[in-house]
Amino acid sequence: MTTTAPEITPKSAARKGWMSLLAKARPAELAALMRDVPAPGFVWLRPPQIGGVMLRGRMGGTGAPFNLGEMTVTRCALKLDSGEVGHAYVQGRDKTHAERAAVVDALMQTDRAEVIREAVLAPLDEAATTRAGARAAKAAATKVDFFTMVRGED
Amino acid sequence: MYVAVKGGERAIDNAHAWLAEERRGDTAVAELTVAQIREQMSLAVNRVMAEGSLYDPDLAALAIKQSRGDLIEAIFLIRAYRTTLPRIGHAEPVDTGAMACDRRISATFKDVPGGQVLGPTFDYTHRLLDFALEAEGLDPRAETAAPQEGEMPRVTEYLDRDGLIQAEEHSDEAPPDMTRQPMEYPAGRPLRLQALTRGDEGFVLSMAYSTQRGYGRNHPFVGELRIGRVSVEMDIPELGFAVDIGEVTLTECETVNQFTGSRTEPAQFTRGYGLVFGQTERKAISMALVDRALRWEELGEDSEGAPAQDEEFVLAHADNIQATGFLEHIKLPHYVDFQSELELVRKLRREAAQSDMKEAAE
Repeated sequence: MTTTAPEITPKSAARKGWMSLLAKARPAELAALMRDVPAPGFVWLRPPQIGGVMLRGRMGGTGAPFNLGEMTVTRCALKLDSGEVGHAYVQGRDKTHAERAAVVDALMQTDRAEVIREAVLAPLDEAATTRAGARAAKAAATKVDFFTMVRGED
Repeated sequence: MYVAVKGGERAIDNAHAWLAEERRGDTAVAELTVAQIREQMSLAVNRVMAEGSLYDPDLAALAIKQSRGDLIEAIFLIRAYRTTLPRIGHAEPVDTGAMACDRRISATFKDVPGGQVLGPTFDYTHRLLDFALEAEGLDPRAETAAPQEGEMPRVTEYLDRDGLIQAEEHSDEAPPDMTRQPMEYPAGRPLRLQALTRGDEGFVLSMAYSTQRGYGRNHPFVGELRIGRVSVEMDIPELGFAVDIGEVTLTECETVNQFTGSRTEPAQFTRGYGLVFGQTERKAISMALVDRALRWEELGEDSEGAPAQDEEFVLAHADNIQATGFLEHIKLPHYVDFQSELELVRKLRREAAQSDMKEAAE
Protein backbone atom coordinates (compact mmCIF):
# COMPACT_ATOMS: atom_id res chain seq x y z
CA MET A 1 0.00 0.00 0.00
CA THR A 2 3.06 2.29 -0.13
CA THR A 3 2.07 4.55 -2.97
CA THR A 4 4.74 7.14 -2.29
CA ALA A 5 7.68 5.02 -3.52
CA PRO A 6 8.81 6.35 -6.89
CA GLU A 7 9.97 4.06 -9.69
CA ILE A 8 13.48 2.84 -8.99
CA THR A 9 16.16 1.46 -11.28
CA PRO A 10 16.92 -2.29 -11.28
CA LYS A 11 20.28 -1.50 -9.67
CA SER A 12 18.58 0.39 -6.86
CA ALA A 13 15.97 -2.35 -6.54
CA ALA A 14 18.72 -4.93 -6.02
CA ARG A 15 20.39 -2.75 -3.41
CA LYS A 16 17.06 -2.16 -1.69
CA GLY A 17 16.69 -5.94 -1.54
CA TRP A 18 19.97 -6.66 0.20
CA MET A 19 19.76 -3.64 2.52
CA SER A 20 16.29 -4.77 3.62
CA LEU A 21 17.55 -8.30 4.19
CA LEU A 22 20.50 -7.02 6.26
CA ALA A 23 18.28 -4.71 8.34
CA LYS A 24 16.00 -7.57 9.36
CA ALA A 25 18.75 -10.18 9.86
CA ARG A 26 19.49 -11.51 13.33
CA PRO A 27 22.71 -9.78 14.46
CA ALA A 28 24.24 -13.10 15.57
CA GLU A 29 23.49 -14.71 12.20
CA LEU A 30 25.15 -11.91 10.25
CA ALA A 31 28.13 -11.93 12.62
CA ALA A 32 28.62 -15.68 12.14
CA LEU A 33 28.44 -15.40 8.34
CA MET A 34 30.90 -12.50 8.28
CA ARG A 35 33.54 -14.40 10.22
CA ASP A 36 35.03 -15.89 7.03
CA VAL A 37 34.75 -12.69 5.00
CA PRO A 38 38.10 -10.82 4.92
CA ALA A 39 37.38 -7.45 6.56
CA PRO A 40 38.04 -4.57 4.16
CA GLY A 41 39.64 -1.33 5.27
CA PHE A 42 37.25 1.62 5.57
CA VAL A 43 36.74 5.06 7.06
CA TRP A 44 33.55 6.22 8.75
CA LEU A 45 31.43 8.75 6.93
CA ARG A 46 28.93 8.54 9.79
CA PRO A 47 29.84 6.37 12.78
CA PRO A 48 26.99 4.20 14.10
CA GLN A 49 24.25 6.27 15.69
CA ILE A 50 21.30 4.88 17.66
CA GLY A 51 18.02 6.70 17.19
CA GLY A 52 14.27 6.38 16.95
CA VAL A 53 12.10 6.12 13.87
CA MET A 54 8.41 6.96 14.14
CA LEU A 55 6.23 4.20 12.75
CA ARG A 56 2.90 4.96 11.14
CA GLY A 57 -0.29 3.11 10.51
CA ARG A 58 -3.32 3.90 8.40
CA MET A 59 -6.87 4.34 9.68
CA GLY A 60 -8.81 1.24 8.80
CA GLY A 61 -5.56 -0.18 7.38
CA THR A 62 -5.91 1.79 4.15
CA GLY A 63 -6.92 5.36 5.05
CA ALA A 64 -5.05 8.42 6.29
CA PRO A 65 -1.80 7.90 8.26
CA PHE A 66 -1.36 8.29 12.03
CA ASN A 67 1.67 7.93 14.29
CA LEU A 68 1.94 4.53 15.93
CA GLY A 69 5.06 4.80 18.08
CA GLU A 70 8.78 4.62 17.61
CA MET A 71 11.26 1.83 17.04
CA THR A 72 14.99 1.77 17.76
CA VAL A 73 17.22 1.94 14.70
CA THR A 74 21.00 2.13 14.27
CA ARG A 75 22.43 3.76 11.17
CA CYS A 76 25.90 4.35 9.83
CA ALA A 77 27.77 5.09 6.62
CA LEU A 78 31.31 4.18 5.65
CA LYS A 79 33.68 4.33 2.69
CA LEU A 80 35.90 1.42 1.72
CA ASP A 81 39.55 2.12 0.96
CA SER A 82 38.63 1.19 -2.62
CA GLY A 83 36.07 4.04 -2.67
CA GLU A 84 32.65 2.35 -2.43
CA VAL A 85 30.20 3.84 0.05
CA GLY A 86 28.10 1.54 2.24
CA HIS A 87 24.99 2.57 4.17
CA ALA A 88 23.08 0.75 6.88
CA TYR A 89 19.78 1.35 8.67
CA VAL A 90 19.14 -1.64 10.92
CA GLN A 91 16.54 -2.40 13.57
CA GLY A 92 17.71 -2.29 17.19
CA ARG A 93 20.71 -0.87 19.00
CA ASP A 94 23.55 -3.12 17.87
CA LYS A 95 26.30 -0.89 16.46
CA THR A 96 28.45 -3.77 15.23
CA HIS A 97 25.40 -5.11 13.37
CA ALA A 98 25.02 -1.76 11.60
CA GLU A 99 28.74 -1.75 10.79
CA ARG A 100 28.59 -5.25 9.29
CA ALA A 101 25.50 -4.34 7.25
CA ALA A 102 27.22 -1.24 5.85
CA VAL A 103 30.36 -3.23 5.02
CA VAL A 104 28.26 -5.77 3.12
CA ASP A 105 26.39 -2.97 1.33
CA ALA A 106 29.71 -1.50 0.21
CA LEU A 107 31.25 -4.86 -0.77
CA MET A 108 28.18 -5.62 -2.89
CA GLN A 109 29.22 -2.69 -5.09
CA THR A 110 32.69 -4.15 -5.69
CA ASP A 111 33.85 -7.06 -7.85
CA ARG A 112 33.50 -9.29 -4.77
CA ALA A 113 29.71 -8.96 -4.99
CA GLU A 114 29.06 -12.51 -6.17
CA VAL A 115 31.22 -14.01 -3.41
CA ILE A 116 29.45 -11.92 -0.77
CA ARG A 117 26.06 -12.84 -2.18
CA GLU A 118 26.92 -16.53 -1.88
CA ALA A 119 28.58 -16.34 1.51
CA VAL A 120 26.34 -13.85 3.32
CA LEU A 121 23.15 -12.80 1.57
CA ALA A 122 21.98 -16.20 0.33
CA PRO A 123 22.23 -17.86 3.78
CA LEU A 124 20.54 -14.85 5.43
CA ASP A 125 17.71 -15.02 2.94
CA GLU A 126 17.36 -18.74 3.51
CA ALA A 127 17.29 -18.29 7.29
CA ALA A 128 14.59 -15.61 6.97
CA THR A 129 12.50 -17.80 4.67
CA THR A 130 12.86 -20.77 7.02
CA ARG A 131 11.83 -18.68 10.04
CA ALA A 132 8.79 -17.27 8.26
CA GLY A 133 7.88 -20.70 6.92
CA ALA A 134 8.04 -22.28 10.38
CA ARG A 135 5.58 -19.73 11.78
CA ALA A 136 3.31 -20.01 8.77
CA ALA A 137 3.23 -23.81 9.23
CA LYS A 138 2.24 -23.46 12.90
CA ALA A 139 -0.43 -20.88 11.98
CA ALA A 140 -1.80 -23.20 9.27
CA ALA A 141 -2.21 -25.97 11.86
CA THR A 142 -4.54 -23.67 13.86
CA LYS A 143 -6.85 -22.93 10.92
CA VAL A 144 -10.42 -23.88 11.74
CA ASP A 145 -12.09 -26.50 9.57
CA PHE A 146 -15.78 -25.93 9.97
CA PHE A 147 -18.07 -28.82 9.37
CA THR A 148 -21.80 -28.56 9.34
CA MET A 149 -24.06 -31.32 10.59
CA VAL A 150 -26.93 -30.53 8.28
CA ARG A 151 -26.28 -28.65 5.12
CA GLY A 152 -28.74 -26.45 3.29
CA GLU A 153 -30.21 -26.97 -0.13
CA ASP A 154 -26.90 -27.38 -2.00
CA MET B 1 6.32 28.91 47.22
CA TYR B 2 9.21 26.49 47.03
CA VAL B 3 11.88 26.25 49.70
CA ALA B 4 14.94 24.14 49.01
CA VAL B 5 15.21 21.34 51.51
CA LYS B 6 18.50 19.56 51.96
CA GLY B 7 19.27 16.30 53.68
CA GLY B 8 18.15 12.74 53.28
CA GLU B 9 20.89 11.75 50.81
CA ARG B 10 22.13 8.90 52.99
CA ALA B 11 18.60 7.62 53.58
CA ILE B 12 17.89 7.77 49.83
CA ASP B 13 21.11 5.94 48.90
CA ASN B 14 20.39 3.23 51.44
CA ALA B 15 16.78 2.92 50.27
CA HIS B 16 18.01 2.36 46.72
CA ALA B 17 20.57 -0.20 47.87
CA TRP B 18 17.83 -2.10 49.64
CA LEU B 19 15.62 -1.80 46.55
CA ALA B 20 18.38 -3.48 44.52
CA GLU B 21 18.60 -6.30 47.05
CA GLU B 22 14.84 -6.78 47.13
CA ARG B 23 14.74 -6.74 43.34
CA ARG B 24 17.15 -9.66 43.31
CA GLY B 25 15.10 -11.56 45.88
CA ASP B 26 16.32 -14.80 47.42
CA THR B 27 19.81 -15.46 46.02
CA ALA B 28 19.21 -19.19 46.43
CA VAL B 29 16.84 -18.80 43.46
CA ALA B 30 18.44 -18.35 40.03
CA GLU B 31 18.50 -14.80 38.70
CA LEU B 32 16.25 -13.92 35.74
CA THR B 33 18.06 -12.88 32.58
CA VAL B 34 16.74 -10.18 30.27
CA ALA B 35 16.54 -12.79 27.50
CA GLN B 36 14.36 -15.02 29.72
CA ILE B 37 11.96 -12.14 30.31
CA ARG B 38 11.92 -11.28 26.60
CA GLU B 39 11.15 -14.86 25.60
CA GLN B 40 8.93 -16.08 28.43
CA MET B 41 7.14 -12.91 29.61
CA SER B 42 6.56 -11.79 26.04
CA LEU B 43 3.06 -10.39 26.54
CA ALA B 44 4.33 -8.18 29.39
CA VAL B 45 7.14 -7.10 27.05
CA ASN B 46 4.55 -6.31 24.38
CA ARG B 47 2.52 -4.17 26.75
CA VAL B 48 5.59 -2.22 27.84
CA MET B 49 6.54 -1.60 24.20
CA ALA B 50 3.00 -0.52 23.29
CA GLU B 51 2.48 1.87 26.18
CA GLY B 52 6.13 2.92 26.32
CA SER B 53 5.61 3.73 22.63
CA LEU B 54 8.98 2.25 21.66
CA TYR B 55 9.38 -1.04 19.81
CA ASP B 56 12.47 -2.76 21.26
CA PRO B 57 11.83 -6.10 23.02
CA ASP B 58 15.25 -6.20 24.74
CA LEU B 59 14.81 -2.75 26.25
CA ALA B 60 11.28 -3.56 27.40
CA ALA B 61 12.53 -6.77 29.04
CA LEU B 62 15.31 -4.87 30.79
CA ALA B 63 12.78 -2.31 32.02
CA ILE B 64 10.59 -5.09 33.43
CA LYS B 65 13.56 -6.57 35.27
CA GLN B 66 14.60 -3.18 36.65
CA SER B 67 11.05 -2.33 37.75
CA ARG B 68 10.58 -5.67 39.55
CA GLY B 69 7.66 -6.43 37.24
CA ASP B 70 5.83 -3.15 37.91
CA LEU B 71 4.73 -2.58 34.31
CA ILE B 72 3.79 1.08 34.70
CA GLU B 73 7.24 1.73 36.21
CA ALA B 74 8.75 -0.20 33.27
CA ILE B 75 6.74 1.91 30.80
CA PHE B 76 8.02 5.01 32.61
CA LEU B 77 11.63 3.82 32.12
CA ILE B 78 11.01 3.24 28.41
CA ARG B 79 9.37 6.64 27.96
CA ALA B 80 12.32 8.30 29.70
CA TYR B 81 14.79 6.42 27.48
CA ARG B 82 12.77 7.29 24.38
CA THR B 83 13.23 11.00 25.01
CA THR B 84 17.03 10.56 24.81
CA LEU B 85 16.86 9.07 21.29
CA PRO B 86 17.51 11.38 18.37
CA ARG B 87 14.62 11.11 15.90
CA ILE B 88 16.09 9.65 12.72
CA GLY B 89 12.90 10.06 10.76
CA HIS B 90 9.57 8.41 10.14
CA ALA B 91 8.68 5.22 8.35
CA GLU B 92 6.14 4.74 5.60
CA PRO B 93 2.74 3.66 6.95
CA VAL B 94 2.84 -0.09 7.53
CA ASP B 95 0.89 -2.31 5.15
CA THR B 96 -1.13 -4.50 7.48
CA GLY B 97 -2.80 -6.11 4.45
CA ALA B 98 0.57 -7.78 3.72
CA MET B 99 0.96 -9.00 7.32
CA ALA B 100 2.47 -12.47 7.87
CA CYS B 101 -0.37 -13.53 10.16
CA ASP B 102 0.06 -15.76 13.20
CA ARG B 103 -3.60 -15.21 13.96
CA ARG B 104 -6.49 -13.93 11.93
CA ILE B 105 -10.11 -14.29 12.91
CA SER B 106 -13.39 -12.71 11.92
CA ALA B 107 -16.48 -12.68 14.09
CA THR B 108 -18.64 -11.55 11.17
CA PHE B 109 -17.83 -13.94 8.31
CA LYS B 110 -17.33 -17.61 9.02
CA ASP B 111 -16.02 -18.53 5.59
CA VAL B 112 -13.71 -15.60 5.02
CA PRO B 113 -11.05 -16.23 2.33
CA GLY B 114 -7.82 -17.18 4.09
CA GLY B 115 -9.86 -18.78 6.84
CA GLN B 116 -10.11 -18.43 10.59
CA VAL B 117 -6.59 -18.91 11.93
CA LEU B 118 -6.53 -19.12 15.72
CA GLY B 119 -2.80 -18.74 16.36
CA PRO B 120 -1.28 -19.02 19.84
CA THR B 121 -4.37 -17.88 21.75
CA PHE B 122 -5.69 -18.14 25.31
CA ASP B 123 -9.20 -18.39 23.81
CA TYR B 124 -10.90 -21.75 24.46
CA THR B 125 -8.48 -22.60 27.29
CA HIS B 126 -10.30 -23.52 30.49
CA ARG B 127 -8.51 -20.98 32.66
CA LEU B 128 -7.53 -23.69 35.10
CA LEU B 129 -4.10 -23.39 36.68
CA ASP B 130 -1.71 -25.75 34.95
CA PHE B 131 0.43 -27.29 37.67
CA ALA B 132 2.53 -29.04 35.04
CA LEU B 133 4.18 -25.65 34.48
CA GLU B 134 5.68 -25.90 37.98
CA ALA B 135 7.97 -28.55 36.60
CA GLU B 136 11.00 -27.47 34.62
CA GLY B 137 12.38 -28.85 31.40
CA LEU B 138 9.10 -28.94 29.51
CA ASP B 139 9.60 -28.95 25.77
CA PRO B 140 6.24 -28.12 24.21
CA ARG B 141 5.96 -28.46 20.45
CA ALA B 142 3.44 -26.81 18.15
CA GLU B 143 1.74 -28.83 15.45
CA THR B 144 2.41 -27.82 11.87
CA ALA B 145 0.54 -28.03 8.58
CA ALA B 146 1.29 -26.98 5.03
CA PRO B 147 1.53 -23.17 5.04
CA GLN B 148 -1.31 -21.35 3.31
CA GLU B 149 -0.69 -19.95 -0.12
CA GLY B 150 -1.98 -16.60 -1.20
CA GLU B 151 -3.22 -13.47 0.40
CA MET B 152 -5.15 -12.83 3.57
CA PRO B 153 -7.62 -10.27 2.25
CA ARG B 154 -9.03 -7.70 4.60
CA VAL B 155 -12.56 -8.57 5.73
CA THR B 156 -13.76 -4.98 5.49
CA GLU B 157 -12.64 -4.92 1.85
CA TYR B 158 -15.61 -7.12 0.96
CA LEU B 159 -18.05 -4.75 2.61
CA ASP B 160 -16.23 -1.78 1.13
CA ARG B 161 -16.42 -3.20 -2.39
CA ASP B 162 -20.21 -3.30 -2.14
CA GLY B 163 -20.39 0.12 -0.54
CA LEU B 164 -21.82 -1.43 2.63
CA ILE B 165 -19.26 0.19 4.94
CA GLN B 166 -18.08 3.77 5.20
CA ALA B 167 -14.95 4.12 3.02
CA GLU B 168 -11.62 5.15 4.50
CA GLU B 169 -10.32 8.11 2.56
CA HIS B 170 -6.78 7.34 1.46
CA SER B 171 -4.32 10.17 1.98
CA ASP B 172 -0.62 10.73 2.51
CA GLU B 173 -0.97 13.78 4.68
CA ALA B 174 1.65 13.90 7.44
CA PRO B 175 -0.14 13.21 10.73
CA PRO B 176 0.29 15.41 13.83
CA ASP B 177 2.60 13.97 16.50
CA MET B 178 1.66 14.31 20.17
CA THR B 179 5.28 13.66 21.17
CA ARG B 180 6.34 16.79 19.30
CA GLN B 181 3.57 19.27 19.97
CA PRO B 182 1.26 19.74 22.95
CA MET B 183 -2.23 18.24 22.69
CA GLU B 184 -4.93 20.59 21.53
CA TYR B 185 -8.63 19.89 21.40
CA PRO B 186 -10.44 19.02 19.25
CA ALA B 187 -7.62 16.62 18.47
CA GLY B 188 -8.83 14.90 15.30
CA ARG B 189 -8.70 11.21 14.55
CA PRO B 190 -4.95 10.77 13.77
CA LEU B 191 -3.99 12.25 17.14
CA ARG B 192 -6.71 10.26 18.91
CA LEU B 193 -5.39 7.01 17.45
CA GLN B 194 -1.83 7.88 18.49
CA ALA B 195 -2.98 8.63 22.04
CA LEU B 196 -5.08 5.46 22.23
CA THR B 197 -2.41 3.09 20.93
CA ARG B 198 0.00 4.22 23.68
CA GLY B 199 -2.76 4.65 26.27
CA ASP B 200 -3.12 2.53 29.40
CA GLU B 201 -4.61 -0.86 28.58
CA GLY B 202 -6.79 -0.86 31.68
CA PHE B 203 -8.15 2.60 30.99
CA VAL B 204 -8.84 1.98 27.30
CA LEU B 205 -10.44 -1.38 28.18
CA SER B 206 -12.75 0.24 30.74
CA MET B 207 -13.74 3.01 28.36
CA ALA B 208 -14.51 0.41 25.67
CA TYR B 209 -16.47 -1.66 28.18
CA SER B 210 -18.51 1.38 29.17
CA THR B 211 -19.69 1.73 25.56
CA GLN B 212 -20.76 -1.92 25.58
CA ARG B 213 -22.74 -1.34 28.76
CA GLY B 214 -24.64 1.53 27.18
CA TYR B 215 -22.63 4.70 27.75
CA GLY B 216 -22.21 5.66 24.09
CA ARG B 217 -23.25 2.35 22.63
CA ASN B 218 -22.02 1.64 19.09
CA HIS B 219 -22.89 -2.02 18.44
CA PRO B 220 -19.47 -3.37 17.48
CA PHE B 221 -18.66 -6.61 15.68
CA VAL B 222 -15.05 -7.67 15.37
CA GLY B 223 -14.89 -7.68 11.59
CA GLU B 224 -11.32 -8.82 11.77
CA LEU B 225 -8.54 -9.30 14.25
CA ARG B 226 -5.07 -10.07 12.94
CA ILE B 227 -1.72 -10.52 14.64
CA GLY B 228 1.55 -10.94 12.80
CA ARG B 229 4.65 -9.38 11.40
CA VAL B 230 4.90 -6.47 9.00
CA SER B 231 7.94 -4.91 7.39
CA VAL B 232 8.85 -1.34 8.27
CA GLU B 233 9.94 0.65 5.25
CA MET B 234 11.64 4.02 5.39
CA ASP B 235 12.70 6.48 2.74
CA ILE B 236 16.48 6.91 2.92
CA PRO B 237 17.27 10.42 1.70
CA GLU B 238 20.95 9.71 0.97
CA LEU B 239 19.95 6.80 -1.30
CA GLY B 240 16.87 8.26 -2.93
CA PHE B 241 14.77 5.14 -2.37
CA ALA B 242 13.08 3.32 0.48
CA VAL B 243 14.40 0.19 2.23
CA ASP B 244 13.02 -2.08 4.90
CA ILE B 245 14.64 -1.11 8.18
CA GLY B 246 13.02 -3.78 10.30
CA GLU B 247 10.05 -5.94 11.08
CA VAL B 248 7.53 -5.53 13.91
CA THR B 249 4.72 -7.62 15.33
CA LEU B 250 1.42 -5.76 15.44
CA THR B 251 -2.16 -6.47 16.42
CA GLU B 252 -4.86 -4.95 14.26
CA CYS B 253 -8.58 -4.88 15.00
CA GLU B 254 -11.23 -3.61 12.64
CA THR B 255 -14.71 -3.31 14.02
CA VAL B 256 -17.86 -3.10 11.97
CA ASN B 257 -20.32 -0.88 13.81
CA GLN B 258 -23.86 0.36 13.74
CA PHE B 259 -24.84 1.95 10.53
CA THR B 260 -25.59 5.47 9.59
CA GLY B 261 -27.70 6.70 6.73
CA SER B 262 -29.86 9.58 5.78
CA ARG B 263 -32.32 10.66 3.16
CA THR B 264 -29.45 11.32 0.75
CA GLU B 265 -27.12 8.49 1.70
CA PRO B 266 -27.99 4.80 1.84
CA ALA B 267 -27.46 2.89 5.08
CA GLN B 268 -23.83 1.95 5.71
CA PHE B 269 -21.85 0.28 8.45
CA THR B 270 -19.20 2.36 10.18
CA ARG B 271 -15.73 1.46 11.44
CA GLY B 272 -13.55 1.53 14.50
CA TYR B 273 -9.84 0.86 14.24
CA GLY B 274 -7.20 -0.46 16.59
CA LEU B 275 -3.51 -1.01 15.84
CA VAL B 276 -1.06 -1.76 18.65
CA PHE B 277 2.57 -2.92 18.99
CA GLY B 278 3.01 -6.61 19.77
CA GLN B 279 0.49 -9.34 20.46
CA THR B 280 -1.96 -7.16 22.38
CA GLU B 281 -5.45 -8.05 21.25
CA ARG B 282 -7.40 -6.92 24.32
CA LYS B 283 -5.91 -3.49 23.83
CA ALA B 284 -6.47 -3.45 20.05
CA ILE B 285 -10.16 -4.37 20.37
CA SER B 286 -10.60 -1.79 23.14
CA MET B 287 -8.90 0.84 21.00
CA ALA B 288 -11.24 0.13 18.09
CA LEU B 289 -14.33 0.52 20.27
CA VAL B 290 -13.13 3.77 21.80
CA ASP B 291 -12.03 5.08 18.40
CA ARG B 292 -15.55 4.44 17.12
CA ALA B 293 -17.18 6.07 20.15
CA LEU B 294 -15.08 9.21 19.67
CA ARG B 295 -16.12 9.49 16.02
CA TRP B 296 -19.73 10.43 16.81
CA GLU B 297 -19.36 13.97 15.53
CA GLU B 298 -17.71 13.20 12.18
CA LEU B 299 -20.32 10.49 11.55
CA GLY B 300 -23.13 12.94 12.20
CA GLU B 301 -24.42 11.31 15.36
CA ASP B 302 -25.72 13.03 18.47
CA SER B 303 -23.52 12.79 21.54
CA GLU B 304 -25.10 11.06 24.50
CA GLY B 305 -22.61 12.86 26.70
CA ALA B 306 -21.05 9.51 27.57
CA PRO B 307 -17.48 9.54 28.96
CA ALA B 308 -16.18 7.47 26.02
CA GLN B 309 -17.54 10.08 23.59
CA ASP B 310 -15.72 12.93 25.34
CA GLU B 311 -12.47 13.33 23.44
CA GLU B 312 -10.77 15.52 26.01
CA PHE B 313 -11.80 13.28 28.90
CA VAL B 314 -10.53 10.14 27.16
CA LEU B 315 -7.29 11.51 25.74
CA ALA B 316 -6.31 13.54 28.78
CA HIS B 317 -6.65 10.51 31.05
CA ALA B 318 -5.48 7.63 28.86
CA ASP B 319 -1.77 8.09 29.53
CA ASN B 320 -0.66 6.11 32.57
CA ILE B 321 2.68 7.92 32.84
CA GLN B 322 1.05 11.34 33.04
CA ALA B 323 -1.51 9.93 35.43
CA THR B 324 0.93 8.18 37.71
CA GLY B 325 3.31 11.13 37.68
CA PHE B 326 0.64 13.49 38.92
CA LEU B 327 -0.89 10.98 41.30
CA GLU B 328 2.36 9.82 42.88
CA HIS B 329 3.87 13.27 43.27
CA ILE B 330 1.50 13.93 46.15
CA LYS B 331 3.45 11.48 48.31
CA LEU B 332 6.65 13.50 47.90
CA PRO B 333 7.49 16.21 50.45
CA HIS B 334 4.86 18.96 50.54
CA TYR B 335 5.98 20.25 53.93
CA VAL B 336 5.73 23.94 53.07
CA ASP B 337 2.35 23.61 51.32
CA PHE B 338 1.04 21.67 54.24
CA GLN B 339 2.50 24.06 56.84
CA SER B 340 0.67 26.96 55.23
CA GLU B 341 -2.62 25.02 55.18
CA LEU B 342 -2.09 24.02 58.79
CA GLU B 343 -1.45 27.64 59.67
CA LEU B 344 -4.68 28.64 57.91
CA VAL B 345 -6.76 26.01 59.71
CA ARG B 346 -5.30 27.10 63.07
CA LYS B 347 -6.09 30.72 62.25
CA LEU B 348 -9.70 29.91 61.30
CA ARG B 349 -10.17 27.94 64.49
CA ARG B 350 -8.64 30.75 66.56
CA GLU B 351 -10.98 33.30 64.96
CA ALA B 352 -13.98 31.04 65.48
CA ALA B 353 -13.05 30.52 69.13
CA GLN B 354 -12.61 34.25 69.65
CA SER B 355 -15.99 35.11 68.16
CA ASP B 356 -17.60 32.40 70.32
CA MET B 357 -16.04 33.95 73.41
CA LYS B 358 -17.23 37.36 72.27
CA GLU B 359 -20.82 36.10 71.83
CA ALA B 360 -20.72 34.38 75.23
CA ALA B 361 -19.51 37.60 76.84
CA GLU B 362 -22.29 39.69 75.24
